[in-house]
Amino acid sequence: MIITSIGRKTLGSVEAFGRFWSFGLRTMRWMFTGLFRWRNWQLLMPQLYEVGNRSLPVIAITGTFVGMVLAVQAYDQLNAAGFANRMGVLLNLTLVQELGPVLAAVMLAGRVGGALTAELGTMNVTEQIDALRAMGSDPIRHLVVPRFLACLILCPILTLFADFCGSMAGSWIAVSLKDIPYEPYSYYTMDAVTKWDLGVGFIKSVVFGWVIGMVACYKGFTCRAGAEGVGRACTEAFVAIFITILIVDFFISSFSAGLYKVLYGFKSLV
Amino acid sequence: MSQKSAQQKKTANGNGAPIVELRNVSKRFGRLHVLRGVNISFERGKTTVIIGASGAGKSVILKHIVRLLMPDDGEVLCNGQRIDTMSDRDLVSIRMRFGFLFQMGALFDSLTVAENVAFPIVEHTRRSRSDIAKTVAQKLAMVGLDGLQGKKPAQLSGGQRKRVALARAISLEPEIILYDEPTTGLDPIRSDIINELIIKLQRELNVTSIVVTHDMASVRRVGDRVVMLHEGHFVFDGTPAEMESCSTPTVRQFVEGRAGGEQLAGI
Repeated sequence: MIITSIGRKTLGSVEAFGRFWSFGLRTMRWMFTGLFRWRNWQLLMPQLYEVGNRSLPVIAITGTFVGMVLAVQAYDQLNAAGFANRMGVLLNLTLVQELGPVLAAVMLAGRVGGALTAELGTMNVTEQIDALRAMGSDPIRHLVVPRFLACLILCPILTLFADFCGSMAGSWIAVSLKDIPYEPYSYYTMDAVTKWDLGVGFIKSVVFGWVIGMVACYKGFTCRAGAEGVGRACTEAFVAIFITILIVDFFISSFSAGLYKVLYGFKSLV
Repeated sequence: MSQKSAQQKKTANGNGAPIVELRNVSKRFGRLHVLRGVNISFERGKTTVIIGASGAGKSVILKHIVRLLMPDDGEVLCNGQRIDTMSDRDLVSIRMRFGFLFQMGALFDSLTVAENVAFPIVEHTRRSRSDIAKTVAQKLAMVGLDGLQGKKPAQLSGGQRKRVALARAISLEPEIILYDEPTTGLDPIRSDIINELIIKLQRELNVTSIVVTHDMASVRRVGDRVVMLHEGHFVFDGTPAEMESCSTPTVRQFVEGRAGGEQLAGI
């Protein structure tokens, strides 16, 4: 009995995993085959506005306050150790490599991921997705690809924006409120934060954008009937996206740190 | 009536090859066996009404016809071509020959009435904007709603939404229109308007109509042929007049809208 139950659950998980990747591959196929159709770009524009423009305030606030909190927290310790001038190194590396991509993605998952799942889930339970199919349109091309692409394109851009806001806010705390001289602050920062660090942050944000778009759309497409089904799909989508972001972040960080050591050796920040 | 005799009767009454045919179609949802080897064919230019209790599998049949659902067993044919094994690419041209009126309309919330009606035309043709606008106005006029182009579905009443959905279903001038409970949720007057529209479209466009309903007034008004689905099989196949005089208890009970002892025992 127990073995049957475990077997059934395992098979169910494998099947769901297969369905998710099949969904992902179909999205990728439509993404590339539809690249040269003007109508597909017309579908993308409103999604870029929805995902990007409307997320700007929340991303700006998140980035700014994370930068300021980091500066306030780090100052006393670094000042006591005599490294106050190098505060920008700690602050900007943390922002560019970790907090910028992760927090921007989490904010995007909360604001956009849930909305995408709810929108597609509602379309699913009100037979709008069936109506698309019945009219000979592919719902993946029409509904998923524009939303997925908007997340993929805008997550890195919004991450850079969060990095910029955090960096500016942190330097304002450091230079204006904590009286760290601007020259050494900016010199050490520029010296420490390299293209590699920006690249790692960028790659993370692209992967996070992929996760947000794909999981949110998949959950919307496969949600169960009724308001409860849509609500549950939204919660599941956010939890799945959040956990995946943290796990993927760990693996990319570990891999990039190892690769950096192999290519360039150990980098000291002090 | 057995399935075999129903099939023979249909062939005798038929006028050539059926436009849509289901052969030995079975469908399960988990442990629920909804269709058990269903055989039916639909004649060109006729209105066939599928009746049956809620959950009997009437909408499931409609969804098999445009491959929104795949049969577990059996074959689905349209103009002699199997659509259950067809590639997605080939299926597009088949689906363009169908218009599907969904139970709740299934209009796209984010689009206006005009954009909803124009959707299939924009998707599948390369017509100019003015030409599309003219067609949209014409289709909306056919359902008595010209002038509502700029409204969103949320601003319409239930009856208006169904009529807009019907205008969308006929925008590509389909050969076959599938109606999934077209009068459900409407008052008798609005229901009658929808029934009249079904008759009008059948007459003016010479389409084949397949109507799923449990509204007996609608069955009597629009049906050339009535089939009844019960426990995964068709238990009746005949004209509305034959349905009225049918002595099969399941059919009689349904026609008279009378709950049996078994159903009442559960109250």
